[in-house]
Amino acid sequence: MAAPLTLLLVVAVTIRAALYRSSLAEVIAERVEVVSPITAWKRVIEGLALLDLGVSPYSGDVFHETPLVIYLFHFLVDYAEITFMLADVISAIALYLAVKEYNKQVVRKKQKFALEADRYPQDCLELIRSPKEMLYIPLKVAMFYLLNPFTILSCVAKSTCGLNNAVISLFILTTIKGNALLSAVFLCLATYQSIYPLTLCAPAMLYLMQRQYIPVNYRRASFWWFVVQYLFMYLGSLFVLICLSFFLLGSWDYLPSVYGFILSVPDLTPNIGLFWYFFAEMFEHFRLFFLCVFQINVFFYTVPLSIKLKDHPVFLMFMQLAVISIFKSYPTVGDIALYMALLPVWSHLHRFLRNIFLVSCVLLACSVLFPVLWHLWIYAGSANSNFYYAITLLFNVAQILLVSDYFYAFLRREHHLIHGLYLKKKDGSEATLVLK
Amino acid sequence: TLVARSLLANDFQEELVIRPLHSGDIYASFQFRTLWETDFMRENKVSHYRLFPKSLGQVISKFSVRELHISFTQGYWRTMQWGQPFLPSPPGAELWVWFQDSVTDVDAAWKELTNVLSGIFCASLNFIDSTNTVQPSASFKPLGIVNETDHRFLRYATLPREIVCTENLTPWKKLLPCGSKAGLAVLLKSEKLFHSSFFSQTVHIRPVCQDRECKTTSWELRQTLNVVFDLHTSGQGKREWSLFKMFSRTLTEACPLASSSKIYIDVTDNPQEEYFELSPATPLLSQAVVLGDRRTFSVYDLTQQLFKSVSDLLPAGSMLRPLLHAERYVAGYGLQTGEIHTVMYNNHPFRSFPVLLLDSVPWYLRLYIHTLTVTSKGKDNTPSYIHYQPSKDRMRPHLLEMLVQLPPHSVTEVTVQFERALLKWTEYTPDPNHGFYVGSSVISALVPSSVAMDTNITQEQPLFSSFFPCKEESSYFVRVYTEPLLVNLPTPDFSMPYNVICLTCTVVAVGYGSLYNLLTRSFQIEEPNPRLAKKIANFIRRIRGVPLLS
Repeated sequence: MAAPLTLLLVVAVTIRAALYRSSLAEVIAERVEVVSPITAWKRVIEGLALLDLGVSPYSGDVFHETPLVIYLFHFLVDYAEITFMLADVISAIALYLAVKEYNKQVVRKKQKFALEADRYPQDCLELIRSPKEMLYIPLKVAMFYLLNPFTILSCVAKSTCGLNNAVISLFILTTIKGNALLSAVFLCLATYQSIYPLTLCAPAMLYLMQRQYIPVNYRRASFWWFVVQYLFMYLGSLFVLICLSFFLLGSWDYLPSVYGFILSVPDLTPNIGLFWYFFAEMFEHFRLFFLCVFQINVFFYTVPLSIKLKDHPVFLMFMQLAVISIFKSYPTVGDIALYMALLPVWSHLHRFLRNIFLVSCVLLACSVLFPVLWHLWIYAGSANSNFYYAITLLFNVAQILLVSDYFYAFLRREHHLIHGLYLKKKDGSEATLVLK
Repeated sequence: TLVARSLLANDFQEELVIRPLHSGDIYASFQFRTLWETDFMRENKVSHYRLFPKSLGQVISKFSVRELHISFTQGYWRTMQWGQPFLPSPPGAELWVWFQDSVTDVDAAWKELTNVLSGIFCASLNFIDSTNTVQPSASFKPLGIVNETDHRFLRYATLPREIVCTENLTPWKKLLPCGSKAGLAVLLKSEKLFHSSFFSQTVHIRPVCQDRECKTTSWELRQTLNVVFDLHTSGQGKREWSLFKMFSRTLTEACPLASSSKIYIDVTDNPQEEYFELSPATPLLSQAVVLGDRRTFSVYDLTQQLFKSVSDLLPAGSMLRPLLHAERYVAGYGLQTGEIHTVMYNNHPFRSFPVLLLDSVPWYLRLYIHTLTVTSKGKDNTPSYIHYQPSKDRMRPHLLEMLVQLPPHSVTEVTVQFERALLKWTEYTPDPNHGFYVGSSVISALVPSSVAMDTNITQEQPLFSSFFPCKEESSYFVRVYTEPLLVNLPTPDFSMPYNVICLTCTVVAVGYGSLYNLLTRSFQIEEPNPRLAKKIANFIRRIRGVPLLS
């Protein structure tokens, strides 16, 4: 598989390099769908310029990156393009290796043992995938990530979302490989950059426990012992990172500027998320209440999803990534590209998907309408903010439908694997499955 | 000596300078100065006020003010057509205050002071808050006695949107010792004053030295009123103007409380009386060096003789070209980004001089300082001193101060890019599509003078030439204000708050609902149970007389 992967990498790097050299690079770097106040490259340059002027970058309200990003780009600012292309390449390779390892596990552990144990009903053997079918899935994942227009746009705009995606991909890789320490370290890096990957703790712990054959039972001591170990590694590395950041600039100014900014959403610059217009039109009296509601909304699905999907932690990871990308305070298309890259892993669910045509049409239409309605509002003056807001709503509804559709298909396949594919009613006629 | 002493202790002078401008307008500048040798900072409060207005005295002692400068201006001073003003002021309201070293909480004192001044002058100075107040680090040095300058005690704010009208003029006139009953203030009637191209009323309070060794200090209160009349639009077909035609009032008598009451007419361009004639004529002439130029004035002392009119005024000869001049504008299109351009002109043929540029930009125009470029004659001109304080959303504005060296006979352009923020719907003014004002830039400089300036502070000088302290002979201090900017911001739809809340919560509920369904329900085989439907169908069939369903 090395040759097709190398070819894919070369094509991806070529496309990005070509776009960097063209005049589209400045246009894309200004687009609000691709960059947000947390991830914009212009703001990174501004922060470095403030540092040169002798003013702390966090004394104003323009720079919201973590001190480690300042430290990194202090040395790499001249090689920024190579850095972001490298980040994309690392993400793709990490996802490739992770999915390859995961497929091996699926084939070896689940399907082989289950088949031998005769646990599947006879008629659902067609739901089981053969290794030959799964051969090209890692390459498809890497392709979905690298050649996704959203990723390309995000890379050409030099949005630091690419770096976040790289860290999360490395986290996925190390988790699936079974390395608890590295998984905790990368998760801590991802949480340090933006708070929301905290929810990925649960799937990571569940997966590692499954891999080490620790039963997921809250009454067992081994379960709690593993949780404590993992949390110790995670919180320890987080503590080290926060202290390192303090020593970099000598003050705690970055805490309200980075984390306070992500949680309290003071900047209402339009983006593809739900927060900006909601809080632009919010009655002052209810602002804090709805802010808490919306932020809790992101973290709130962790526990129910973990309970339901405790035997399928990788799908849980996918669901959590999707929930974060849709409901976070400043989403960009780069976040969407990450969870969409994992869709080929669940390509065997296509027979149970119900809305996929509708969802893909809506996503495509909205992606085209975003720049059009932005231009009409901001430049032509013939539309107003409601138009752009409506497309935002549609886009998010489409994403929610996509995610819940895949969830439905996954649960349905699991049901069929247990109860058989062709179900019959009591009188022998063909049955329909509903959720009750 | 007792009389002389008491005169020195409490002294009031008034003067009016009339200068015909190059473009055909008339520039009239009123100056009223009260000097009082007292100590407001004493423990036992000052209670006997004679010439000094009590309201301002109480403000000084209550808020421990060292210097206070406030101006209300309507219109923009056209430097290239009118020359330099005696006292510059930006459009709208401007207030800058130096507090005493003894003040512990300067921000609280500032807030209270602005509210009290808002009451005294009937102006909406209460809109001055932390979002438009800055602490300049170099541009606004004290104009009175200077001990040490710790810029923590300085506050500067402008309200470019503030409108000046009769309501502001009336309390200002009340501060004068004679009110508007006698002396030059009789001429200040609002129906003519506000029909002008430029109107500015200011109050300046500062401690000054009484002698060269500065053994005694006294408090100086200066009230100035600058107005530029456009004779053509005000219906004066003929080139003949008189005080009555300008102000629709005539002078009656000098103010009895004034130690001197004078009118100066600028006759520099009329040495042999060939262009215009003053009536009644006066033999008194005086020369003064003002703004780097030596000018001749006909002096009328109101205690002796009253001035009436001038006939046949032709446009003056050549005006001294202002050496420093600035413009400012917003470039770019659309509501997302923009660029502020400040253009400074140095018209001196061979001397270059440094200028201090102060820019205070509101927080909702996010400046990107890495895009700051300063170019002179097409080449890069790096400022030698930059002080930049970035803004904090909804708390303080941007402050940019730079020291730029202007090459001789050149145009220097300072550009900086900004991004327009979307505000909360309650933060917009009731007319959001009018735009948001950005206060004028302030450019302060010591401009080289071709005429030797007078550095002797206590000599008997006309008031209009002795406002800015002069430290050296070869240059004079000039402050130039640019135009305020009007910038549009993107607006949300103001009729939609409830709708937006409902729609967004619906989308979140769609997510919640679908995930809730999938999490709490399980798959089951559907058992059709149309008992009720069968019953209704059978009932209808029975009515029709048709065989029933099984």
